[in-house]
Amino acid sequence: MSLVTVVFWIFAVLALGSAVLCVTRRSPVASALWLVVTMFSLAALFVVLDAQFIAVLQVLVYAGAVMVLFLFVIMLLNLGRGAGQDRKGVVGLTVGAVLAGWLFVQLKFLWHAAPPALIQVPNAMAQLQQQHGMVGSVAGPLYDAYLVPFEITSVLLLAAVVGAVVLAKRKL
Amino acid sequence: MLLGPTLAVAAVLFVIGVLGVLIRRNAIIIFMCVELMLNAVNLTFIAFAQSLGVGGQIFVFFVMAVAAAEAAVGLAIVLAIYRHKETVDLRNINILKG
Repeated sequence: MSLVTVVFWIFAVLALGSAVLCVTRRSPVASALWLVVTMFSLAALFVVLDAQFIAVLQVLVYAGAVMVLFLFVIMLLNLGRGAGQDRKGVVGLTVGAVLAGWLFVQLKFLWHAAPPALIQVPNAMAQLQQQHGMVGSVAGPLYDAYLVPFEITSVLLLAAVVGAVVLAKRKL
Repeated sequence: MLLGPTLAVAAVLFVIGVLGVLIRRNAIIIFMCVELMLNAVNLTFIAFAQSLGVGGQIFVFFVMAVAAAEAAVGLAIVLAIYRHKETVDLRNINILKG
């Protein structure tokens, strides 16, 4: 096994383990902190998969901004103690287990999955980064071929900001 | 190339997220499980972008923007419900049940 593979599996196991802990912990604060560990491990996986810029965004936006927002709301509502039983009953657990089992069955088709060799370029991202740099290879198409979706995203964020203020305000 | 293992890890991560949404009752934890599922999908995009070009990474960028907007609006809704009902337990939030 090469070093890259070893690093990949270390962070993959870390991500999966902390995801399980995030789902099973009773206290919302513990859940949120385990989710932060998952996000950091995913950022490390992104680096292994030639997506350094997205990895930085993952740490800044997800592990930083979004999770701070979650923790802020948890502590604002004073839910830290995780009062009482909050798992669903037998029916919910059964439905969840059956669905999860079915999804796991589908995994064995994914293990050897690969796109058709005709459209596949080995190390396409690595070559792009050689030519345009780590940020340039993502930023170039973003402001060129994907300019309209990019602008629409900015309108979406504005709408979300206004919507969040309107919803959370006591009186307008 | 780690395409197959990455897709498998992403699928397991997604399943854990689905399981969390199905078995928990705390609205905020369900929100966090939705974020977990979005992250699993992002991992799939990144895995394919490695051999299919930069499009997947740009889509991950948009998914992150939408997820941030969704978290802000969703948590504002949770806040409004908490102010109204004094709880975030989904058993007590059933006015649409009919």
